[in-house]
Amino acid sequence: MIRNRSVRILRGKKMGKPKIATASLAGCFGCHMSILDIDDRILKLVELVDFDKSPVNDIKKFTGRCLVGLIEGGCANEENVHVLKYFRENCDILISVGDCAINGGVPAMRNGIPLKECLEEAYINGPTVYNPSKQIPNDKEIPLCLDKVYPCHHVVKIDYYLPGCPPSADTIWEALVALLNGKPLDLPYELIKYD
Amino acid sequence: MDNKLEQAVKQICDECGNDRTRIMDIVIALQKSQGCVSSQAMDLIAKQVNAHRVEVEGVVSFYAFLSKDPKGKVVIRVCTDVVDRMKGVNEVGQAFQAELGIGLGETTEDGNITLEHTPCIGMCDQAPAALINDEVFTNLSEDKAKAIVQALKKDADPKKISIELGDGNNANELVKSEVKNNICKKGEIIFADNESGAGLKKALELAPADVIKEIKESKLRGRGGAGFPTGLKWDFASKAEGDQKYVLCNADEGEPGTFKDRVLLTERYDLLFEGMTITGYAIGANAGVIYLRGEYAYLRAFLENKLVERRDKNLLGKNVLGKDGFDFDIRIQMGAGAYVCGEETALISSCEGMRGDPKNRPPFPAQKGYLGCPTVVNNVETLSIVTRIMEKGAAWFTGIGTEASAGTKILSISGDCEAPGVYEFPIGIKIEDLLKEVKAENAQAVLIGGPAGQIISATEFNRYICFDDLATGGAIVIFGAQRNILEIVNEYMDFFIEENCGYCTPCRVGNVLLKQRLEKIISGKGEKADLDYLQDLGDSVILTSRCGLGQTSPNPILTTLKNFRSLYEGLIKVEKDIMEPTFDVKAALNDAETVAERQSVIY
Repeated sequence: MIRNRSVRILRGKKMGKPKIATASLAGCFGCHMSILDIDDRILKLVELVDFDKSPVNDIKKFTGRCLVGLIEGGCANEENVHVLKYFRENCDILISVGDCAINGGVPAMRNGIPLKECLEEAYINGPTVYNPSKQIPNDKEIPLCLDKVYPCHHVVKIDYYLPGCPPSADTIWEALVALLNGKPLDLPYELIKYD
Repeated sequence: MDNKLEQAVKQICDECGNDRTRIMDIVIALQKSQGCVSSQAMDLIAKQVNAHRVEVEGVVSFYAFLSKDPKGKVVIRVCTDVVDRMKGVNEVGQAFQAELGIGLGETTEDGNITLEHTPCIGMCDQAPAALINDEVFTNLSEDKAKAIVQALKKDADPKKISIELGDGNNANELVKSEVKNNICKKGEIIFADNESGAGLKKALELAPADVIKEIKESKLRGRGGAGFPTGLKWDFASKAEGDQKYVLCNADEGEPGTFKDRVLLTERYDLLFEGMTITGYAIGANAGVIYLRGEYAYLRAFLENKLVERRDKNLLGKNVLGKDGFDFDIRIQMGAGAYVCGEETALISSCEGMRGDPKNRPPFPAQKGYLGCPTVVNNVETLSIVTRIMEKGAAWFTGIGTEASAGTKILSISGDCEAPGVYEFPIGIKIEDLLKEVKAENAQAVLIGGPAGQIISATEFNRYICFDDLATGGAIVIFGAQRNILEIVNEYMDFFIEENCGYCTPCRVGNVLLKQRLEKIISGKGEKADLDYLQDLGDSVILTSRCGLGQTSPNPILTTLKNFRSLYEGLIKVEKDIMEPTFDVKAALNDAETVAERQSVIY
């Protein structure tokens, strides 16, 4: 859940609009869909912030320091760790968005099984696999998997958590607006009830 | 189907009246005769007592001394309590392993001997100690461990190992144990001489309501630690509706560091039996149950025999002491190694032949307890005091101790002191004076009331043991200056993680998270925020757990956070990292590098 934290320090510098960045690590992009699901409020959001590195605008590298980084998905491979670290270095506030970022989510179902077994099941032994060469993909361009899927806060410091699968557009909107205005977040019960 | 097993199960179930509320007795007896309660045996028991199989399996899987898989004829359980570790149990455990050629949790190839570890077995005053089947072996050393194994290899019967018998009734024909009483200080109430039967006789001269009145006037409060007024509890039970009522004695002292009930059961059993009889008379119950912890099974035959003697003298049975219409008898219910059963509602579950799960309150046991009937659950010490109050009067009792906390308290004192043992002090003793009495110089910390209580530092040694200040069930452990307090706290967290029943998430999960965060701090990777985390999470576990276990399990951490904060702060990292210090990306990539046969280009 988001706790109140003032962002006056940054806004006080009058450096123009604060910047937001987003990333999807080992997630399904569902949380990003939920961000887009704020509908026409995205126009208001653009008035409040500029988007920096994000799949939404396809900016690959940070153009400057960001106020908020929204992270979807946990860390399943070395590239995820690398990106997450890059975000931590460039964002003042990191928010774990959604259950994969917070708990590992569906990808973490492999956590009880040794990595080698997982790869063999996926690429060699699985009942629907057709792979006559019996090779596990191993191009050097492919990031190496971690031994298990880690929630983001096990890898870097995370400031806030927005649970949900995905968190609804309203939840994300309310959280961002509260954060940008330095106001306490008061989410109605419907937005944080999951069963 | 195995005919022999079928016969054994049938015989045991018949002996217990094919009563499903006696499943505990059935599985304990079967474990003893067959070495395990196999899957097949569970089916047979369920059929025999008309229970679901899952009920039987639930019980077998819950208790540490029961097992589905066969164990050796002899099971050595080395006590790995904090005090035993302080006294060198690690070396003793290694000596056992080396001599047997097996590790902890393993059985020798011939299937004769199994080696395990167990939490506190109530022998901290003569640690290190171990249970071998039901027998207790104390003051162990590496040499003694070797000698024991050699004797067991010749003859797999722990009763035949030569020992020097302990003092008092420990040398009794039916006990024959090397346990020592270590009664270091006798007070005016429990350890004073008394005339057997005198208290009961006086009680039977009064009306039941007047007995309750007398106990209320004595201001007696429960000695288990919570300090609930005993007279009030009895009053509730006596006024509760029900033809059948019960008196339960909690002899399941499992709090690490406590062992006083062991001594009371060995030497002052008469006070206890009589106290239960008086309670029965007062509340209108005709049956009592003593829930004896599995670790004290070596006392069972002795206690059963003493009950027979009391029946012969008409101190139990029909028309007790000629009082027309007052029948009362006591049975002993064995436990099987579960700390949580010391919690009164879990204890009731266990007596009813179920898993030792605590129950929701209300209804309180005094309204609906054992088998749904009004039940008084009191501690061994409380019930023993009752006998003395009836004998000598409430006014005599309130003259001892302090105004708000009447009487004496028996303390089990162990750890870094010269004279560990059992002490009976008038309530209100100062910790400083207590430390002098037990010859503990150089104490850095004192654990009051076991790990569920609190760990205090030298600045608080001017506090008093009483219900208004430091309330305790009686376990006192002293830690000298050479001890690492945070490591000790960590070991106590292991204990709670092992012993929680698994029912509530805050306790089952919260204690693990507390321990992980504590270990992060101990390993030098902690930040200041981790201290706040420990405090917040500890408070939540206390607030949201159902029974006393979860409501006290964060105490080792919370009380040291308060009383030994500098120890924590000294370990906190000053510089901030980008990455979480506990995340090791190189280690996390090891598996993948092995499978792919290439090194990471990033890390």
